Amino acid sequence: MSIGHTLLGLLESGPRHGYDLKRAFDEKFGHDRPLHYGQVYSTMSRLLKNGLVEVDGIEPGGGPERKRYAITDAGITDVQTWLATPEKPEPYLQSTLYTKIVLALLTHRDAAEILDTQRAEHLRMMRILTDRKRRGDLADQLICDHALFHLEADLRWLELTAARLEKLAEVVVK
Amino acid sequence: MTPAGSLLVADALHKAYGPTVALDGAEFSIHPGEVVAVMGPSGSGKSTLLHCLAGIVTPDSGSILYNGREMATMNDAERSALRRSEFGFVFQFGQLVPELTCVENVALPLRLNGISRKEAEKAALGWMERLEVDDLRKKRPGEVSGGQGQRVAVARSLVTNPRVLFADEPTGALDSLNGERVMELLTEAARSTNAAVVLVTHEARVAAYSDREIVVRDGKSRDMERVV
Repeated sequence: MSIGHTLLGLLESGPRHGYDLKRAFDEKFGHDRPLHYGQVYSTMSRLLKNGLVEVDGIEPGGGPERKRYAITDAGITDVQTWLATPEKPEPYLQSTLYTKIVLALLTHRDAAEILDTQRAEHLRMMRILTDRKRRGDLADQLICDHALFHLEADLRWLELTAARLEKLAEVVVK
Repeated sequence: MTPAGSLLVADALHKAYGPTVALDGAEFSIHPGEVVAVMGPSGSGKSTLLHCLAGIVTPDSGSILYNGREMATMNDAERSALRRSEFGFVFQFGQLVPELTCVENVALPLRLNGISRKEAEKAALGWMERLEVDDLRKKRPGEVSGGQGQRVAVARSLVTNPRVLFADEPTGALDSLNGERVMELLTEAARSTNAAVVLVTHEARVAAYSDREIVVRDGKSRDMERVV
């Protein structure tokens, strides 16, 4: 995720102090990974240098946390461009699990066992997310669903691979 | 080996349909209040396992203990009494009786057990409220959506306060939003009554509502909790 663009987007609704920005970010997007203050201030100083934000006021007492930032017109254009640009789809062509399966077949180890163990691990994570979704609000539900759909996709691949292990073994070992 | 405190335990189950081996030494156990997902590819034997556990199909060999009692020693009448009063069933398609209203459908298992209409429908309505379908009481199955019909079916499966609920692909015919709501309500309701749920599914998102999973492949089962 682009922290710079996200903070910039949060500024569009009105000027904010650095600590206020961090709080808003953590609340909306941080989930299990809150921002460090250091990240906020290094990002803000970069945005300042690039003319995307400006200092709107400084409270007495000094220190970076006292600065209030406002987005500039260039900043608004930057957010607009970022939002309008589609994210590059992840091709998912490099899979550690696929590598492990091929190596297991090459070395005559039990590849089905590897898939079974991975399924259990995936399901364990899916249970945690499902539980969190059940207790959470709509924002929590959406973010957990995003993760759950990705894990489910992995599992579908895993089931398909489990069903094709014998054929894969023929191809890999020859 | 009988896992301590299990309500339903199966060991070394074998079942063949002619030359086709459906179960080849499958094991299973479940505790009261536990939700166990039975996963595995199509044709792996998971539905046969469920049917054996529920006393619908008799295995060729192996043992199934329900509440400490060997099911093979029960006669047909005892087994069907067990299915009527101690077990609940939900299938992929609700299998509601089209001529009856929703509340009559939910009350049906109680009526078959000889409970008065008034009392049975009162209990049925209580379950329909929990499944959020009490407003459909007077509608017939043909007049409700798939998701609503499935919730009615879940209410019907729970109305006898079963100790074991067998659910075979209960969300298989639903879209993901409806499917998840059914799973949420089903697992919540089962947990609140301490019923054990045997949940056959090939969908990981559905299995994620369980406490643990077993995987059936080529008629053999694996308890994944003991693997990891």
